[in-house]
This record gives sequence, structure tokens and C-alpha cells, in this order.
Amino acid sequence: MFDGASPMLSVPPADLPIVQLLDVHKSFGEAEVLKGISFAVRRGEVVCIIGPSGSGKSTLIRCINALVPLTSGMIRVDGIEVADPKLDKLALRRKVGMVFQQYNLFPHKTALENVMMAPIHVLGQDRREVEVRAHALLAKVRLAGKEAAYPGEMSGGQQQRVAIARSLAMRPDVMLFDEVTAALDPETVKEVLVTIRELAEEGMTCILVTHEMNFAREVADHVYFTDRGVIVEHGPPESLFSSAVDPRTRRFLSQVL
Amino acid sequence: MRPPQTASDLPVLLPFRVSRTRARFAVGPVRAGLLGAGLAGLILVAPAFAQGPDAVLSPFQVVLRWAPLLLTGFALNVAISLIAMLLGTAAGVGLGLGLLSEGPILRRIAWALTQFFRNVPWLVLLFFVMFLVPFQVTVLGVRVPLPDWIKATVGFALPVMANVAEIVRAAVRSVPAAQWEAAESLAFTRRQTLFRIILPQCLKRMLPPWMNVYALIAMATVQASIVGVTEMLTLTAQVHAAEGGRPELFAPLYGFALLCFFLYCYPIDRLTARLERRFETA
Repeated sequence: MFDGASPMLSVPPADLPIVQLLDVHKSFGEAEVLKGISFAVRRGEVVCIIGPSGSGKSTLIRCINALVPLTSGMIRVDGIEVADPKLDKLALRRKVGMVFQQYNLFPHKTALENVMMAPIHVLGQDRREVEVRAHALLAKVRLAGKEAAYPGEMSGGQQQRVAIARSLAMRPDVMLFDEVTAALDPETVKEVLVTIRELAEEGMTCILVTHEMNFAREVADHVYFTDRGVIVEHGPPESLFSSAVDPRTRRFLSQVL
Repeated sequence: MRPPQTASDLPVLLPFRVSRTRARFAVGPVRAGLLGAGLAGLILVAPAFAQGPDAVLSPFQVVLRWAPLLLTGFALNVAISLIAMLLGTAAGVGLGLGLLSEGPILRRIAWALTQFFRNVPWLVLLFFVMFLVPFQVTVLGVRVPLPDWIKATVGFALPVMANVAEIVRAAVRSVPAAQWEAAESLAFTRRQTLFRIILPQCLKRMLPPWMNVYALIAMATVQASIVGVTEMLTLTAQVHAAEGGRPELFAPLYGFALLCFFLYCYPIDRLTARLERRFETA
């Protein structure tokens, strides 16, 4: 399929994991937030991480694109060792897109400029080509006509969809979603979830930290339940949601479902 | 006592004009122009009352006669303040970025410089610069003389630099950390994040404190008279001496200087306050 002489350029086959975590630990001072997390995500897979607040979900997802350095363990993203002290963070982050709970759009730029900035300045792509793509991406997240709007002029749901388009403009291999609907009004949650669902259906590898259990049940290929820094239980959504074994999982699910 | 009734008296010298001005000031909105006119009236009229009909020029006539010269002095004050602000801002932005640097050595040097120049009297700095900077420099074989006012400008630029550095640092720190995270996760370098994302957001926030520094430095430029720069205050003293050092000229002449600075700085102060309010609500 590909020769071993150029492993850097090779694309792993679809059944090999694109994101792999092995015994990941993370401490903030005395507090150990992650206590040995291991899982693997294959290309095109949609993985949801659920669990009570403070169980380390956001820290976990931030470790994957090196926003938070790990204390010990191994994370590999498409051949890049995240824990490597000589890690090329920029190379990693060109592969991994991230969407935040608070959208974090650049307030001094329009929706279109928010989407165009990184491809032009980070990837050095041609402005006109990027602009065409940015228009297409905004249309894809159903924001055609909002190109000239500033973040302050848009609803939370609209801002969040711009944030998704901004991330997609970098053509990432993996998308991380950190409780992206938690700050939204109930009526705008749906429009964001629809956008993510379409992405998932197009084969984008997605790792989501979410409180939207119904969404996890419908869209995820695999669901991980975390509590106090460990993965308590995991499995396909139909089995985890209907026949969880661990009492902590059952208690949590009974509270949120 | 009756006011002098010479042909040159302008209506502004007559008492009823003064009271009308003040009455309008009391009822109407505070306007710099009216306030200035009121001040001018007081400064010029009060000594006019004290002085009887005389052969020598009235204080108002003296001010009028020397106003063109005094205003050139004031123009030098303005020039010193503007150039000092320009130099100080350029250096201060650099120093501010040093304060935000990830390199610990650079950061500490920048911190020490900022603290030093923020916490010493401006006048002492001025003396230092006047004595340390040579009166001429040789650039590429050409001797360039450095006049006193240029040296004084450098002296004023130093505290501006330190204050601007602190303004830059505080403004950058006031941007939510989430903006850095978002930029980082899009693979922007630190430098790109700072210049393309963080600093553009800070410009508005930096404007009011920056203008504040300007108003302070504009008023401080009169200190240059102490080191012999012929700016407005120096000229005022010379004019006073040239007019025989009459005590009754003291208030009008220096009052004129006060008035010029007030009319220059007050609008800046109002504009700063207005910008501050606008950015608070924005």
C-alpha cells in the first residue's frame, strides 16, 4: 500500500487509530485530574465523552491538541507524539481542530474574516482561494448572508457555527468539541448539533465532550463515561445507555436521562 | 474703583461682560470655551482694577503685545510633547512586548526598565538626559547638533515609554485567556496571535490611558524651562523681565500661560473621559 521508506508521508489505513491515548495522567499541582486514561479513535469515528462536571473531560480533550501538557502517558495523533518534548505544536494543531464552549471568536473580525484568518496566515494559502472556501463553509453551517456580521451581532448558536466553520477551514483530520452547546440557549442548541451531525456523517473524526445524551446516543460510534479522572465504562451508545454495568454510570445516566 | 476707560479697552474688560459670561456658565452646559473666556476675563480684569490710569501699557495690552511670541513658545511645548509622545510610544510598545515576552531574561530587563522610569521624578530624568546626552552627535561623518529642546524631548519620552509599556501590558492581560487558546488551537504562533488577534482588540482599550499620559506630558513640558529650553514658561519670565518686572503683570502673563495649557489639555481630558465611558458600555 505504501513503502516504508517514507513513513512520514504515509496515511494509516482506516482501521488504525488516528488518535490514541495510553495511560494519560495530568496533575495541576497536588490535584490529579486525569488518572490513567486510555482510548483510541479510528478515522471517521465519532466518540463522545460524558460524565459529571469536574471529571476531567475538558482537560482530557485539551491534552489532545497540547493546549494542556500531560504529566505522563502517551498521546499519538496521526503519527505525532504529543508528549514529545520536541513536539511541533503547530504541526499537531494543523491536524486537530477545536471548538470551545464559549465560541471564542475573534471579536474584532467579521464572520468571514474569522474563517479566513488561519488558512491565510498559518497555512499561507491564497487569499482568493480561501475566501471562496470560507463562503462555502459558512453556507455549509447555514450562515450564508452573515459573512459581514461581527461576533457581537450574532446569536450564540450562530457564533458557534462560525467557530465550527473557522476550525474546518484548516481542513483538520480530527475535530474536538468541548461542550459546545453548554452555553447556548435551548432553541439554538439544535442548529449546532445538526451541523456537527452532518460533519460526522461526512466522515469527519470527532471527539466530543458533551452533556447532550440524546445526541450522543444518536451520533456516537462509541461513548466513554468518565468520573474523577478515570474511564469508568465505555461501549457503543445502545449498550452503554440501556445496560450500563457500573453503579456510577447508572446513577449518572439516571440523573441526566 | 472704576475700570480704566481708554480707547483700547475691549468689551471683555468691562465688568458686566464678566458677570454675563459667568451667569451663562452657571446655567448652560460646561463648555471649555466659556470656561476659558471666564478665566481670561478674571485674570485680565482683576489687575486692571488694581491699576490706575497710567502712561504704561495696561496688563491686557502687554499680554496682547507679547502673545505672538508667547504662543511660539507654547508651540514648542506642543511640539516637545508630541515628539516625546511619538518616541515614547514607539519605545513603550517595544518595552511592553518585552514585558509580555516568554523569555525570562528579556522579561526581567523590560520589567526593571519599566519600573525604574515609572518611579523616578520626571524632572530628575530631564536633568540626567540634559547632562548625559552630548550637544552634538556625529552620524556618518556629519555632525548633527542636538539643541536643548531635542534633549528635553528625549527626557520626556522616557517616562512616556515606561507608562506606555505598562498600558500595553495591562491591555494585553485584559484580553480573556480563551482568545489565546482559540488562536493557539488554530496553530497561530505566539507572535501572530499577539499582533493579529490580541493587540488589535486592545487598541481601543489602550486609547484613553494613552491620552491621559499625553495630557500629563503636555503639562509637564514646562519643566523644560528649568533646564533652559526657551519654551513658553521661559519666554513668559523673559517677557515679564522685559516689561520691567512690574508685579501687576505677574498674574496676567502667567495667567495667559495657564489659559493656553488649560485650553489645550481640557478638551483632551473630556475626550478621554468620553472614550472611557463609551468603551465601558461597549
